[in-house]
Amino acid sequence: MIFNAPDIAWAQLTPVLFPLGAAVIGVLVEAFAPRAARRPTQLALSLLALLGSIVSVGLLWPDVRDTGGTEVLGGSMLVDGPTLVLQAVIALLALLAVLIAADRTSTGEDAFAPQAASVPGSGYEESARRAGLQQTEVFPLMLFATGGMMIFPATGDLLTLFVALEVLSLPLYLLTGMARRRRLLSQEASMKYFLLGAFASALLLFGIVLLYGYSGSLRYSDIAAAVTTTTGMDGLLLVGALLVLIGLLFKVGAVPFHSWTPDVYQGAPTPITGFMAACTKVAAFGALLRVFYTVLPGMRWDLEPMMWTVAIATMVVGTVIALVQTDVKRVLAYSSIAHAGFVLTGVIALAQSGITAVLFYLLAYGAATVGAFGIVSLVRERATAEVPEAARASLGVAVAAGVLPAGSDTTTGADPVDDADAPVLGEATDLSQWAGLGRTHPVLATTFALFLLSFAGIPLTAGFTGKFAVFSAAVDGGAWPLALIGVLASAAAAFFYVRLIVLMFFTSPQGGPLSDADADATTRPRTVVVVSQGYAVAAIAVCAVLTVLLGVLPGPVLDAIAEVAVFLP
Amino acid sequence: MTVTSLAPLLVAVPLASAAILLLLGRAADRWGHWLGVLASAAAFVVGALLLTDLLGRDAADRVVDVHLFDWITVGRFDLAAGLRIDPLSLTFVLLVTFVGTLIHLYSVAYMAHDAARRRFFAYLNLFIAAMLILVLADSYLLLFVGWEGVGLASYLLIGFWNHRTEYAVAAKKAFVANRVGDIGLLVAMGLLFSQLGSLDFESVTAGVESGAVSTGMLTAIGLMLLLAACGKSAQFPLQSWLGDAMAGPTPVSALIHAATMVTAGVYLIVRSAPVFEGAPTAQLIVTIVGAITLVLGAIIGCAKDDIKKGLAASTMSQIGYMVLAAGLGPIGYAFAIFHLVTHGFFKAGMFLGAGSVMHGMDDTTDMRHFGALRTSMTVTWATFGLGWLAILGVPPFSGFWSKDKIIEAAFVVPEGAAEWRAWVFGIVALVGAGITAFYMSRMFFMTFHGKARWTDSRAQASDERPLRHPHESPWLMTIPMIVLAVGSLGLGFVLQLGGGFTTWLEPVTGHVEHHEPVLSVPVIQIATLLAVAIGLVLAWRQYGALPVPTTAPQGSVLTRAARVDMYQDTVNDAVLVQPGQYLTRSLVYGDRSVVDGAFTGLGKLTVGIGQVLRRLQSGYARQYAATMLFGLVVLAIVVLAPRI
Repeated sequence: MIFNAPDIAWAQLTPVLFPLGAAVIGVLVEAFAPRAARRPTQLALSLLALLGSIVSVGLLWPDVRDTGGTEVLGGSMLVDGPTLVLQAVIALLALLAVLIAADRTSTGEDAFAPQAASVPGSGYEESARRAGLQQTEVFPLMLFATGGMMIFPATGDLLTLFVALEVLSLPLYLLTGMARRRRLLSQEASMKYFLLGAFASALLLFGIVLLYGYSGSLRYSDIAAAVTTTTGMDGLLLVGALLVLIGLLFKVGAVPFHSWTPDVYQGAPTPITGFMAACTKVAAFGALLRVFYTVLPGMRWDLEPMMWTVAIATMVVGTVIALVQTDVKRVLAYSSIAHAGFVLTGVIALAQSGITAVLFYLLAYGAATVGAFGIVSLVRERATAEVPEAARASLGVAVAAGVLPAGSDTTTGADPVDDADAPVLGEATDLSQWAGLGRTHPVLATTFALFLLSFAGIPLTAGFTGKFAVFSAAVDGGAWPLALIGVLASAAAAFFYVRLIVLMFFTSPQGGPLSDADADATTRPRTVVVVSQGYAVAAIAVCAVLTVLLGVLPGPVLDAIAEVAVFLP
Repeated sequence: MTVTSLAPLLVAVPLASAAILLLLGRAADRWGHWLGVLASAAAFVVGALLLTDLLGRDAADRVVDVHLFDWITVGRFDLAAGLRIDPLSLTFVLLVTFVGTLIHLYSVAYMAHDAARRRFFAYLNLFIAAMLILVLADSYLLLFVGWEGVGLASYLLIGFWNHRTEYAVAAKKAFVANRVGDIGLLVAMGLLFSQLGSLDFESVTAGVESGAVSTGMLTAIGLMLLLAACGKSAQFPLQSWLGDAMAGPTPVSALIHAATMVTAGVYLIVRSAPVFEGAPTAQLIVTIVGAITLVLGAIIGCAKDDIKKGLAASTMSQIGYMVLAAGLGPIGYAFAIFHLVTHGFFKAGMFLGAGSVMHGMDDTTDMRHFGALRTSMTVTWATFGLGWLAILGVPPFSGFWSKDKIIEAAFVVPEGAAEWRAWVFGIVALVGAGITAFYMSRMFFMTFHGKARWTDSRAQASDERPLRHPHESPWLMTIPMIVLAVGSLGLGFVLQLGGGFTTWLEPVTGHVEHHEPVLSVPVIQIATLLAVAIGLVLAWRQYGALPVPTTAPQGSVLTRAARVDMYQDTVNDAVLVQPGQYLTRSLVYGDRSVVDGAFTGLGKLTVGIGQVLRRLQSGYARQYAATMLFGLVVLAIVVLAPRI
């Protein structure tokens, strides 16, 4: 057997090489650099790598725009227009997510456990916390995941697709379990994510096998050719295609493969939730687009009923369940499910405008998502000096995990309202804790409202342009019932976004038990907004500017995307 | 670089100044008013430069379009924002900025003791900017921006002292009445767009003249434009807000509610000349509206004891003259604008005079407590007097040259129309001049002549004769009054020299051959002067020679009706407000019970479904995996079913 080393066009790979290379260096930094130097080094390394990615996409852009793109690594990866757009979007969103993850805020603690390996609630954990240990491996892990995400939509064969999927997933499983607070919840989420992810990977792999059996090749172009020429093995093809699609639909969080989303989004450290919700979705939709547009268009009529079912179920279930959520992270999780449904309408359109629309939507959605979770990470609860047992129980895992330092039980005597020294706990994710935030922190609440309006698709925000684009693509592609359901679902979804806005701006903190009838507002830990070190605020500001800019002046970006939105066959 | 490229500065400078004054807040309190004056003056300088540039050109080249930016590009609709500099717009620019600057200057002293003086100047600058957008716009859409802008500035300034509820209500009333007019403009724009697909003056003119729009449609557009003009210019039947608008500080009344903004309706009609030329019916209605308003305003003016409300009624009446002239077609356009300019000067001057009187009389506006102010306020008396002579139309003061021309034009039989029109409108205009002479003289005599109905000695003070210490206003206030009085004196004469002003406007209004009125010109002039003389003498007999009672006598039915603005508020209330409120209440009821009911029901259903579905989210990974498997099976069936 002769192994022919493929001719590698390094230049085309630079967007991917930057984060992966930096991640490898990051691992070495963890091993050899002194502890104090790690954090700044890792942060600088990550930011530079992601900036490098963006710049190299920019450098590759003119060439790809003119030639339509090239195959690299012997066809394992395709560097074409959509690849570059997606890589730029992923790198940009990852950059913002890294900034939010890096922010240690005024509490001096980031969102990650000081020692992820320590048992929650153990003395070891407590001493690690006191020693000020930090899990700076977070940065290389995020970079590895980003690298995988950037390869995911650029793959040219099914094997690379699978490898990319695993490269992006494994670090995410780890990161999910590393929350500083509510660690049991976090670890549980990590475990669920891993189990279900493995299940989905298995389905994907099985699908790949069936498609290989059908076509005798893993290469997209070969399979696509086989679809039109081969006859008699439709069973293999259909089931294989179905399983591959399910593997991808799991990653985008489409119903009925969405169950992991709310639990994982809630349990993961909030910056990681933002990172996952934005970047993973972009990458997975990129891959889904490529598979759907280049591999399976020949089976369009067979797969359409199934995709329609999934899209409708996703929009409806995501929206309906979001209506009854009481936790802000879960609301955003279900909203992300509903958004997956909206994007699917654009994917199903199978029209040229669909590619542009989906790519734009992903950017708009990603910016608002990273920003929204960034804000969630800043809104914390503070232990009241006298926390009654009932309320303490409601803190649940946080207290069990020893987040309250020893001795905090005895800080009694002071008037709870004036006690500004009480420790700041984890995020105040219960909706009732967001009441009145608009009055106490107008800028923060307004920015959050902006992201919510973008999610809701209100004109002059990026979300509106994105929704308009995917729905018109769906109509172009003849899928007007999907567009209609999408519009109706958006209208219903607007309810829970606006409810949050009403809660922030028009409800007093004591005003009316909106979600938990049993929780007394006075014994509930009070909500505080911690001061960012600057990283998170910068990232949130960029997201806000993007959200407004893409809403007011979407033209240049839409045009730029439309220019290159053609897949290599 | 040409001079015309400076034109955007006309708008930009006052707008920037307004923004600075509003954004800096208290930090600008000490010098903010001077910035406001400077911004207005700078705009005037730019306007003057443009004038010299335009005068240096041939008449044919005096229409210059300045492209600003591509504004709206949607499908076939492509609208650029641009400024049109031509004799008409430049006339307005100079009037607005010149009178505006004087009034800014006046306000520095007039508002000196007001804590919110900076905000006042910010609004004034905002008004100047909006008014200049209005007159410089090269399309109806941009004009509408300015139109709404002046409406906003007017609202803010009428309600400037909004801690007084009735002032705030007056501001609201003005705003609402203006909205009615604005709807007219919006509908007119919609009709124009549906017919021609464009809104810039150039294409509208070309389109209308090419005959692409039917006469019926042109009539509809014309009537809608007239509605807009009625709202903005306080013409019948939307006139009720102007009297209440006097709640604003007096400089505002002078600038916005006398000299400039309220004349925007006349501008709109003259600017839309091509539309009206194609719609004789609309033109006739314009004339009728003008005639009704000029008489109505004059009658109301006869009964008002509040000096500012009297002047407001007079403004309404004088704008009625302008609208009447504008309705006469090409022979009237130039005279409408001519009268607008001279009126801008003498009416602003008289308002400033009234402000000066109020300044010296503890902010009283009731003329029954004035009298004999001539000696204590000589400058005010002299400048007000010049304005009075001008509005009377006494030769050779400004008003004579412009108003007389309108009366003459009213006596001309329009082409292809019945002769009765010339007689009716001519006589109405002539009689109006007589009534004007009466009420303006009444105002002048009641304020400055006769016996003092106030006292400056504490001992004699009573309800009948309140204690007042009249004094002349500071020079910052008198200088603008003097300048405007000079305008009242000589501007009309200068502008009419050799038909200068009408020739200047010809690139816009078109050249008109002289038409012979049904009566010869000298006869009309003598008749007019006679009417004026009668009005003057009657006023002198009643208010100059005889003592004026300090409380208003009951008066005749007509007087009582005129005092309450001819029952216009009562009519509006009965015809519009009450049915409107009833309709609103029923709609609210319908909205609550039917629309909301349906939606709440739907919402409850959805939430119910959500409650059921969330049970699936049990937290058990095994159940999640089962869900996925279930989904897989279902989808496999969906995919494979057609094949089996």
